[in-house]
Amino acid sequence: MTPDDLIKKPSEWLKGSGPHSEFVFSSRIRLARNLDKIIFSNWANKKQQEQALAVVEQPVRELEAIKNGMFLRMSEMSNVDKQLLVERHLISREHVQEADAKAVAISKDEAVSIMINEEDHMRIQILQPGFDLDRCWDRAQEVDTELGKRLTFAFSPRYGYLTACPTNTGTGLRASVMLHLPALVLTKQINRVIQAVIKLGLTVRGLFGEGTEATGNFFQISNQVSLGRSEEEIIDNIKRIIKQIMEYEQNARQSLITKNRSSLEDQVWRSYGILKNAHVMSSSEATELLSNLRLGMDLGMLKEVNQKVINELFILIQPAHLQKFEDKNLSAQQRDVKRAELIRAKVK
Amino acid sequence: MLCQICNKKNATVHLTEIINDQMTEIHLCEACAKQKGVAGMGQPFGLQDLLAGLVDFGTPVAPGAKKTDVKCPNCKMTYEDFRKLGRLGCSVCYDTFKDTLDPLLKKVHGSVQHVGKAPVREGEKFQKKQERQDLQFRLQRAIQSEEFEEAARLRDKLRKLEKGKGEGKKG
Repeated sequence: MTPDDLIKKPSEWLKGSGPHSEFVFSSRIRLARNLDKIIFSNWANKKQQEQALAVVEQPVRELEAIKNGMFLRMSEMSNVDKQLLVERHLISREHVQEADAKAVAISKDEAVSIMINEEDHMRIQILQPGFDLDRCWDRAQEVDTELGKRLTFAFSPRYGYLTACPTNTGTGLRASVMLHLPALVLTKQINRVIQAVIKLGLTVRGLFGEGTEATGNFFQISNQVSLGRSEEEIIDNIKRIIKQIMEYEQNARQSLITKNRSSLEDQVWRSYGILKNAHVMSSSEATELLSNLRLGMDLGMLKEVNQKVINELFILIQPAHLQKFEDKNLSAQQRDVKRAELIRAKVK
Repeated sequence: MLCQICNKKNATVHLTEIINDQMTEIHLCEACAKQKGVAGMGQPFGLQDLLAGLVDFGTPVAPGAKKTDVKCPNCKMTYEDFRKLGRLGCSVCYDTFKDTLDPLLKKVHGSVQHVGKAPVREGEKFQKKQERQDLQFRLQRAIQSEEFEEAARLRDKLRKLEKGKGEGKKG
């Protein structure tokens, strides 16, 4: 498998809709793991990074999940391919910079990815559609256990798993849920919800992770605390809070339907009209309109498109995906034209 | 109020983080905030962006103690490096900078004692201990939320584990 194979089809994990897909786009578990006594990636020189990579490469390649997938050295990839992986949520934006001794292993279904020499020696990530942290955690444990049999992880009984950044120490676990909350945004309740979430010790981010703004009414909610609580406790806590947020969103949607049905329908159908007919479209406009479309579909107002198509489009309209499709570099203006073309073909 | 990093200019950027009901306030001047990547306040940012700063704020320096002298014997990271980067150099650093790390971790996580999974190589004993703690926690919670059926199930599981008869293995 190569990055070229990826573009041929949407991510396997995006295919299924998963539990509570009317509110939740995807769930993610990330585990940070380091090798004992070997210098952490961001403090190591190139030679030391290569050594760490050499230690983990075989065990990672031979993982059950990776065997039929791919193992890629970042330094051997084109910029578009690297960006493609970012857009598919398989690597972080940080992993693209200073590619030297960095690598990534990706399972065939793209649900499992392991970044090597990012901030930590290994960042194990599991992605699942919908609200399914349990499934993520099960798969994360499988990979972690398999690796743990062959590698000696940096660990202390007091602090737990030792990570480069003290904010990840302990379990090394970050559980994230990507929520679609258009009704809370429309009814202007979202800030109150975010404030409450932050008070409960969780963080809120945008569609593409750390440092990105919330576009298309997508909000990624993750735990902040990783030490002093068991993995189950952390996951349980975030699950309870997400359930509550889904309830708020559901209530907001209900109130929009009963109080503002016409203007809501107008917004949904106008979005549909523009997506179906526009010839030039920026990615931010497309994301906003697709978000409206998704809401309309979730509320049963619009049966012309299905969720799978919309979910895919959020990823396919990104710059690297468009360029990979066309197999050439495109200027921003050219991309806006191609993007509109792609959307017209998919939204019927 | 003076900036907590440079201690020279007036602090104009005020940040509050609440973790486990503990409030941490950070006050920075415009220039230091920019340097720490907190500029353009509309942008979301995480606690780790400010960590390099926190390393100092969170630690009461004992009189006479010279932290700058500390250097990790394994990776050669100095306290100064750690303070600047906000990242550790290797697993041994956790021992080397223990005095600074303890209060810092306490501030960030509200705890300094790991209660989660352990690597397979750490042995089964540790795993058992973790599992017992986890079961106890879930049992308490089930009792609190009056889910008595679940509580009974967890209690039996815990008994089994303590007798050493149970298989006590999870996924």
